[in-house]
Amino acid sequence: MNQASENSIAQNSPRDMNKTTNKLSYRGAFNLMVKRDLTIALRHKDDILNPLLFFVIVVTLFPLGIGPEASTLSRIAPGIIWVAALLSTLLSLDRLFKADHNDGSLEQMLLSPHPVFILVLAKITAHWLITGLPLIIVAPLLAVLLHFNEQSYSALMLTLLLGTPVLSLLGAIGVALTVGIKKGGVLLSLLVLPLYIPVLIFATSAIDTAALGLPYGGQLAIIAALFLGSLTLAPFAVGAALKVSTN
Amino acid sequence: MFKWLHPYANPEVSYNFCGKLQPWLFRLSALFLTIGLVWALLYAPADYQQGDSFRIFYIHVPAAILAMGIYFAMAIAALSSLVWQLKLADASAAAMAPIGAVFTAIALITGAAWGKPMWGTWWIWDARLTSELILLFLYLGVIALHNAFEDKNLAGKAAGILSLVGVINLPIIHYSVEWWNTLHQGATVSKLGAPSMSASMYWPFLMCLLGFSFLIAALICLRFRTEVLARNSMRPWVRELAMNSTEQKVCHSSSCHTHSQN
Repeated sequence: MNQASENSIAQNSPRDMNKTTNKLSYRGAFNLMVKRDLTIALRHKDDILNPLLFFVIVVTLFPLGIGPEASTLSRIAPGIIWVAALLSTLLSLDRLFKADHNDGSLEQMLLSPHPVFILVLAKITAHWLITGLPLIIVAPLLAVLLHFNEQSYSALMLTLLLGTPVLSLLGAIGVALTVGIKKGGVLLSLLVLPLYIPVLIFATSAIDTAALGLPYGGQLAIIAALFLGSLTLAPFAVGAALKVSTN
Repeated sequence: MFKWLHPYANPEVSYNFCGKLQPWLFRLSALFLTIGLVWALLYAPADYQQGDSFRIFYIHVPAAILAMGIYFAMAIAALSSLVWQLKLADASAAAMAPIGAVFTAIALITGAAWGKPMWGTWWIWDARLTSELILLFLYLGVIALHNAFEDKNLAGKAAGILSLVGVINLPIIHYSVEWWNTLHQGATVSKLGAPSMSASMYWPFLMCLLGFSFLIAALICLRFRTEVLARNSMRPWVRELAMNSTEQKVCHSSSCHTHSQN
């Protein structure tokens, strides 16, 4: 694509340039962006491992703090896992736009002819693949450590599957707002955590309901609604926020 | 249609307009608050169940209502600043945020003081209390974001986006918290006494609500004017204003007569 656009610049015809730059479809731009972010992440494996490690350590701290009784642990396990997931997502959010902002590629993205919506969505998707997905894979293991109720494993997996994308999407708004600020870390948590509350409430209530052997489709539907709502609205907010931050 | 609004996009015009409005708002709020609070605290009948401790209701409920209202006003200001690029709307949103946070805090503190004699605890994880607490966090987030930027124009835009995101989330949070509570505990506690208040309680409440509303409007005017001044400090009209005020002070202290002659 680079070569093509260079050629068109050499030809010096604006119409041609439009044609060539538009050759990359929305899907193509999306895929390219996801691939780029995943490649960068795989070259810095710490970025994937550290939030995951944090997740595991936080979950380990709770039994040490509360006591090892299986009944207590299994009662509060959904909350522990979900709060730990929130916090580790929060920690990993920083890498979403920071590096791109520092080396200037973020501005190039905003200047590119592709809609910001697509690019932002691609970055968030990549972020979820890097941080959300490993979380979901590790979660059952931690659930065993916390004496999770056997009936609620599927509920845990489903809520994590639907809920962690919401965390990435809402978190992206906070990161986009704070990316230009030097000490944005603590501020980010202040901005983002209140927005995470609905996900936390419905996810834990779905798991609790499942533990009682009751249908939890309602809570799951609401988390799915939150997911779809944030999927359609959050990228716009992120785009607007990035335009403010990069100024 | 909105031609009469256009002059107010000029900072100087709206600064002066708010300056004219502000003393009247303060007077009105003083009037209504005096009538309302004296009536409410001394003459209104005590609640048949809650006794005299019910009287904190006259401060608690207006504060809680207005705390929510200010957030919506702030979001509207933020929206108009984002859509129509009005710089003054940013200034007004920035002026509202701390006032809203303070009123949320007042609602929470008076609520806790009310809860102690009524429910026996300072705090209960009731839906309304929780959503009010989260509202406070949202306010503090907006204020913190506003303070984090050096450039106040950028700060206003960023805080505006955040308050819009917050206003979409506010109902979701409110209902999720409500559902969370009913799922876990069942009966709620904080329904306001009997469903319809008697007129002898309703009128002082209305007075207090009006008084607090005017107070908030006056405070917003005050803060809005200082915001406008701070943002336009390099403009000639602000300099002139500053020069005039210092001149006046000098005149007052040295009792010169040039000013009165002019």
